[in-house]
Amino acid sequence: MKEEKTQVADIDRSLYDFRYEEDERDYLGSGITADIIKEISDEKGDADWMREFRLKSMEIYNKTPMVEWGPSIEGLDIDNIVTYIRTKSRMNTDWNDVPDDIKNTFEKLGIPQAERESLAGVGAQYDSELVYHNVRKEVAESGVVYTDLESAMHDERYAEMIRTHFMKLVPPTDHKFAALHGAVWSGGSFVYVPKGVRLEIPLQSYFRLNAKGAGQFEHTLIILEEDSYLHFIEGCSAPKYYEAGLHAGCVELYVGKNATLRYSTIENWSKNMYNLNTKRALVDEGGKIEWVSGSFGSHVSYLYPMSILNGRGARAEFTGITFAGEGQNLDTGAKIVHNAPDTSSYMNTKSISKSGGISTFRSAVTVNEKAAGSKSAVSCESLMLDRISRSDTIPVMDIRTDKADVGHEAKIGRISDETVFYLMSRGLSEEEAKAMIVRGFADNVSKELPLEYAVEMNNLIGLEMKGSIG
Amino acid sequence: MSQLLEIKDLTAGVEEKELLHSVSLTVGAGETHVLMGPNGAGKSTLGSVIMGSPEYAVSGGRLFFDGEDITDDSADKRAKRGIFLSFQNPVEIAGVTLSEFLRNALEQVTGKHLKLWDFKKKLRSCMEILGMDASYADRDLNVGFSGGEKKKAEILQLLVLEPKLAILDETDSGLDVDAVKTVSAGIDEYKKRTGGSLIVITHNTKILEALRVDKTHILAAGQIVAEGGAELVDEVITNGFEKYIKGGK
Repeated sequence: MKEEKTQVADIDRSLYDFRYEEDERDYLGSGITADIIKEISDEKGDADWMREFRLKSMEIYNKTPMVEWGPSIEGLDIDNIVTYIRTKSRMNTDWNDVPDDIKNTFEKLGIPQAERESLAGVGAQYDSELVYHNVRKEVAESGVVYTDLESAMHDERYAEMIRTHFMKLVPPTDHKFAALHGAVWSGGSFVYVPKGVRLEIPLQSYFRLNAKGAGQFEHTLIILEEDSYLHFIEGCSAPKYYEAGLHAGCVELYVGKNATLRYSTIENWSKNMYNLNTKRALVDEGGKIEWVSGSFGSHVSYLYPMSILNGRGARAEFTGITFAGEGQNLDTGAKIVHNAPDTSSYMNTKSISKSGGISTFRSAVTVNEKAAGSKSAVSCESLMLDRISRSDTIPVMDIRTDKADVGHEAKIGRISDETVFYLMSRGLSEEEAKAMIVRGFADNVSKELPLEYAVEMNNLIGLEMKGSIG
Repeated sequence: MSQLLEIKDLTAGVEEKELLHSVSLTVGAGETHVLMGPNGAGKSTLGSVIMGSPEYAVSGGRLFFDGEDITDDSADKRAKRGIFLSFQNPVEIAGVTLSEFLRNALEQVTGKHLKLWDFKKKLRSCMEILGMDASYADRDLNVGFSGGEKKKAEILQLLVLEPKLAILDETDSGLDVDAVKTVSAGIDEYKKRTGGSLIVITHNTKILEALRVDKTHILAAGQIVAEGGAELVDEVITNGFEKYIKGGK
C-alpha cells in the first residue's frame, strides 16, 4: 500500500491551521468576573444600558446550571478561557491600513479576492474584533447598513434600533451560554436593509478564532424591513490548538413583512472546539427565512437555529448538513415555532458520521392554537460510513391545533458495499467512491450554497474522507 | 491470437460456501464468448469475481489479464487495466449525475484530464447511438431510471469507457424487443470501435444476433460443464440445460 494518511486527525489542514503569535500582554485575563466585564465595557465605551446588561447577564450566567441534556461539555474549563483578546488594529475600511500579519491570515483565506470579485462587503473577525470592514459603494448607496455591531452602537442613527433589538430574541435567560454571551459578547456584524431594498449580491462575514484558548462571542444582528431581500453568508474556520476552545456566538434575525432573508453558514471549527451557538429568526407576515447550514469540525456542537413564524403566511426553510468524524459529537438540528395562521416550514437535513463520530439530529416543531392552516414537513437522512459511528434522530412535535398538516420522515443508512463496488468497477478507488457517494448525499445542501462555498464544502468532504479506508 | 483473459482453476465463494469450483476459461483479444447456464449456476458470480468484487473470496486458482496476475487487484485497478462489467442490477446514486460520474470514471481509467467540452461531445454522440435523450446526462445516476434505461446507461458507460474486455451480465434481460435492438447496436458499435473482447451472460439469442460468437461455455453448479462454438447456443436454446445439470458433478 502507498503511504496514505490513515486518520482524520492526520489530515493536512494547513489551510485552516495556520496561526500567528499573540502578544501576551494582549490578554485581559482568564475567567469571568465583574472586573473583567467592567473592563470590557470601558474598552468598548459601552453605553450605560449595555454596561448594566453585561453585568446582569453575568449574574444570570453564574446562577444558571450547566447544560446537561446533550453531548458532554465536561472538557470545557470556562475559567481558563480567555474571553477577550484585543487585536492590534482598530476598524479599517481601507485594505492598505490592515496590519501585515492579519492581512496574511486573510490572504490565506482568500477574503480580499472574494471581496473584489463578487461580494458586496466583508466583515471579517480576527480574534474578537473586526479589523476589516468594507461595503461596496452601491450597497451603501442603496441605504443598506453593513458594519460591525460595536460601531453601529456608537452611531446615533442605529443606537436606538440596536437597543430595542439586541438579545430580545435570544435573552440571556435562554440558557447558560446565552447568558455568557450577553456578558462578554464582542465583535460581530450589524446589517440593516431598508424597506423595499432587494440586495442581489450576498454579504459575507468570515469569522475566525485565532489565539490559543480564545473564546469567541460575536453577535450578529440583522434587521430586514418590509419587502426587502438579503443573502447573508457566514463562514467560519479555526486553526488547531490544544486547549479547549469555545464559541458561543449569537445570531438574531428580524425579517419584516414580505421580506426574505437567506442565511448561509459553513462552520469548520478545529476539532477541539466547543461550538455552543444560538441562532434565532423572527419572521413577520408573508416573510421568509431560509437557513442553509453546514456543520463540520468542532469537538462538540450544539446548534439548532430557531425560526419563529409570527405573522400570517410566514415561512421557514432549513437545509442543513452535519459531518461528524473521529472524536466529534455533533448535536444539530432546527426549531420552528408556528405562531400565526397559514405559516409553513420545511426542514431537510443530512448527517454523516464516520470513524466513530456521533451525529444527532434534533428537531422541534411547535404549532400553536392560533396557527390554523399551517404546514410543516421535516425530513432527515443519516449516512453512517462504518460500523463504529453513530447517528440518532430525535424529533419533537408539539401540535396544539387540529387544523395543521405536519409530517416527519427519517432515514438512516450505511454506505452499501455494492454501491462502492459499482463505482470501483468504473475505475474509482475505494476512497474516491465513498467520497462521491457522500458528495451526492450532500448534494441538495451544496446546491443551496453560492458556488465558492459549494466548492469549499466539497473540498471539506474530500478532506474528511481522506484516509477513511483501512 | 494472444490471450487477454486467462482464468486458471478458479475457486471462489462467500464465507464457508464455495460457489465456483476450479473454473478455467480463456478469452482471446477481440473474441466474443457466451456464458450460459441455469439460474444459480454461478454466472454472475464469475462475472463479479473477474471484476474483483470484494463480496467473494478467491480460495484457489489465478486470474491473468494481458499476461499479468490480477488475482489480488482491487476492482478499480482491474477497471484501469481495461475490464468492464455491465451490472445486472445497476445501483442508484443520488446526487451524482450520470455525466459527472462518467467523466470522473473516464479520467480514472485513462489517467488523463479531459476537457468538459470534449467529454460532453463524446457523451452526446454515444447517447445518440443508444437513442438516449440528452437530459439523461444530467439526471442522478440510475435514480428513477426504468429497467431498460438502466441497461442502456450501462452500455453507454461501455461506449464511453472503451474497455478491452466487457462482461455483460444479462444486459438483455427484462428488455422489450426494441430495447434489445438498441442495446445490441450499442454493443456492436463497441466492437467496431475498439475491437474489444466480450463475455456475454445471457439466456437469449437476440442479443447475439449481431455478434459473431467465438466460443460458448456452459456453467452449471459452479463448474464449466460444456464448451463449444456458436452452435452450442442454439442447442441449449432448443434442449435446455437438463443434460448438463445431470452431467455435472
